[in-house]
Amino acid sequence: MKETSPLNLYKQLPQTNCQKCGETTCMAFASGLIARSKKIEECPPLVEEKKYAKKLAALKSIIAPELKMVYIGVGDKQLKVGGEDVMYRHQMTFFNKPPFAYDVTDNMEEAKLVERVKKVSTWKKFYIGKWERVEMIAVRSVTDDPAKFAACVKKVMENTDYPLILCSFNPAVLKAGLEVAGKARPLIYAANKDNWKEVAQLANDYKVPVTLSVPFDLDGLKSMAVTFAEMGLTDLILDPGTAPNGKMLQQTLLNFINLRRAAVEEAQRDIAYPVIALPINAWMTTDDPVRAAYWESVLTAAFTIRGAAIMVKHSVEAHSMMPDMHLRFNIYTDPRTPVQVKPGLYKVGNPGAESPVFVTTNFALTYYTVESDIASNGIDAYILSINTDGIGVQASVAGGQLTPVKIKDSMDETGFDWAGQKSAGLVLPGMAAKFSGELEDLFAGKAKIMVGPEDSGRISDWMKSFWPPK
Amino acid sequence: MAGKMTLSDLNKTLSEMNVQSLEGVKIEGDIEIELDAGAGGVGPLFAYYFGQEAAKIAMQLINFAKAVGYPVDALMQPVAVAQAVAPAPAGMVAAAAAAEPAFKVAAQLASAKFSVGTDKTWKLPIQEVTVGATKADGGSRGVVRKLGGEKAMAFFPDAPMPNAPKITMDVFDMPIGMAKAVKMHYEDVMGSPAEWAKKAVNKFGADLVTIHLISTDPLLKDTPPQEAVKVVEDVLQAVDVPICIGGSGNPDKDPILLAKAAEAAQGERALIASANLNMDWEMIGKACKDNGHVCLAWTQLEINSQKELNRKLMKVVGLPRESIVMDPTTAALAYGLDFAYTNMERIRLGALKGDDELTFPMSSGTTNAWGVREAWMVRSPNKEDSDWGDRMLRGPIWEIMTGFTLAMAGVDIFMMMHPMAVSYVHEITQSLMGLIEAKTPDTTGWLKMGV
Ligand code: SF4
Repeated sequence: MKETSPLNLYKQLPQTNCQKCGETTCMAFASGLIARSKKIEECPPLVEEKKYAKKLAALKSIIAPELKMVYIGVGDKQLKVGGEDVMYRHQMTFFNKPPFAYDVTDNMEEAKLVERVKKVSTWKKFYIGKWERVEMIAVRSVTDDPAKFAACVKKVMENTDYPLILCSFNPAVLKAGLEVAGKARPLIYAANKDNWKEVAQLANDYKVPVTLSVPFDLDGLKSMAVTFAEMGLTDLILDPGTAPNGKMLQQTLLNFINLRRAAVEEAQRDIAYPVIALPINAWMTTDDPVRAAYWESVLTAAFTIRGAAIMVKHSVEAHSMMPDMHLRFNIYTDPRTPVQVKPGLYKVGNPGAESPVFVTTNFALTYYTVESDIASNGIDAYILSINTDGIGVQASVAGGQLTPVKIKDSMDETGFDWAGQKSAGLVLPGMAAKFSGELEDLFAGKAKIMVGPEDSGRISDWMKSFWPPK
Repeated sequence: MAGKMTLSDLNKTLSEMNVQSLEGVKIEGDIEIELDAGAGGVGPLFAYYFGQEAAKIAMQLINFAKAVGYPVDALMQPVAVAQAVAPAPAGMVAAAAAAEPAFKVAAQLASAKFSVGTDKTWKLPIQEVTVGATKADGGSRGVVRKLGGEKAMAFFPDAPMPNAPKITMDVFDMPIGMAKAVKMHYEDVMGSPAEWAKKAVNKFGADLVTIHLISTDPLLKDTPPQEAVKVVEDVLQAVDVPICIGGSGNPDKDPILLAKAAEAAQGERALIASANLNMDWEMIGKACKDNGHVCLAWTQLEINSQKELNRKLMKVVGLPRESIVMDPTTAALAYGLDFAYTNMERIRLGALKGDDELTFPMSSGTTNAWGVREAWMVRSPNKEDSDWGDRMLRGPIWEIMTGFTLAMAGVDIFMMMHPMAVSYVHEITQSLMGLIEAKTPDTTGWLKMGV
């Protein structure tokens, strides 16, 4: 959406201020549309009443994302791919994190195949209050045998409901896979300069999104996208080629940047489709599995930051999945959402007269990490969240936003009744250990000042050794 | 009234009651509904359902007409209307599907050209800053390192990057606690900053070394500044690459310490780390100016503070532009990297677009990555997490990802620790500049590869 003025969207709304959308005015709803925090469907009159049909159509075209959004999969695992509006995340936010599709092959032993599929589809990590996961399986045809491929796809589907990418340049193989998985709306990879006619027919027959693979030839890629669009096939993913090394790697990044620019900065609609990156290609550069996995992560980072909408990956080791997931999370976090929690005293579990008070800052990430470390270990405690302007412990100790006086004042403001505590203990983060002397003076015996672990992940062990205070 | 009302009367009455006309539907003469097929440009199925819609309206009209006394029943066959609102007969659906324009594969590929412009809003280049001085320039370094000079975002097509990002490896003036994966590389040199610096340069490929004088921290050894700076001389003797000199982070002591260190390294054009708004930045800036060093201006994830500190160093202290590098703070992967990344990206974009208070190279304290639990903890504190694997492999990649991500935002110099992380950040940044030759495999080969 290029539109930045709510007024121009307001013109296409019913203008009745009926409040069915939950906003008090149509103007407020228009602002929500600009920020993409509201969807057209949330204005019932506009969608339901025939007389607004023209406005609805006009509004839909105004707010369509600059980069087309393609749906892959069905049901609650369906993925939105693309749909971006900006070049840099601070300009608004990036919306749809690129799904990670991990490969399996049609020549794997069944037990290994099932194990790998299960590993990918059950992988999870807790982060800032939620479970983070990966999203897809890419089935590669190594045998080039349609029957083997179909059997493999079937086995995969029996073991996961994650959406699939069916990967082969052989239309007969793709067709065999689609016979099994077609209804689950997989992405097919890929049409190229040799097979595009047959693959176009398949994309039409099975109504599935299709990848166009024209490596290192953006004229050719655009030509194919235009051709497919003219045939009525617009659920397209572009593969401009991912070279894992050498000068071609530089060219790869330049292509990604140029494609994103054409889509969101120059509104070139005939090339504004989501782009696929192939960090898996790192595995063709080395036989050393650590080196391959590290390099795959590095490629993942490069293309997550500069515009890939979906990726095919290989390493399912923790030292790959953890950093890659976190990097993607960090880049796709909405920078418009607040990063601070309200300063004050929080209760975790059912704290009472024998519970410790843990000191931390009001940086949301710090706070929620401490909270989850306390809660997930079944500890009852108080957390004093101090206003450090949303800066974490280490940085605020260094920068002066967290000081002994501030800790004392913040504690006093909560009106906490130290006298009523059987075990009166204020636990400093290990990173703020140097404040303990000054705090002892400030608290003058009202509470025992204790130094906690440097990482709140060790609070549970710390409690065993040091709590209650002697 | 009966018998006298016409359809036009009815229409008029309806419009008075604020019922709007339907597009594509005309009502003429004796109750006769005409469908304008052009309105939707549609096939038979649509017309069928649209007809249903029209039939419903007709029913409403009839009811209304009845209510106002028009003799409808005599004129209409209700059966026909009832039929019109029933589901579409199967035969009709099939016929409609057949009538849909058939999908036709194109005979040949279109011939289109792709082109895209560059960003015309980028007007100012980033200042190029040289760290280190050779004999000819009054120092004793064998090489110098140039930072900055970009005319575009890092690795963008608009303009080539004149200088590859550099890495300075951390050396401490006393043994410190480190993650196991890091410690194993330094155990043999922990007691000797000079040996440590040599190892970083000769074995691990450091472009520069940073000697952190942390023993001066009043809470550690409280080493007096005069004594601490002797280590700076040792390191200058041990290696011939440019150096950075860091304090302990104590805001009261660092200015005094760094001023002393600046004197001890006079003429070497070291990077002095760092001046901060919460300490006597003026003293540090002045020491840099008087002794020919580069000043690292450190702020905490806040673009306006960065502008303020840069301005003060230029205007109040009088530091020349080519003697300032910024450290806008590195929050690591999974621990605020999004803030660090976006803060740096905004600083760099602001500079390129013409804010001359921000046109300086950027530095990243990438070693911060080791503070993140995922980088060093043996296993997850959360029992339901999928297995965290081997921490010896998790740590280095944490440092790599933190550093490389910030390279994409525009960082020119990285302070790092793990040898593997140093080598990967070198390799990927130089690859993206096109500086590394390698045989690229067939990029579609993954489809059938054996792993
Ligand atoms: S629901 Fe629609 S018409 Fe009603 S106030 Fe909201 S935007 Fe306006």
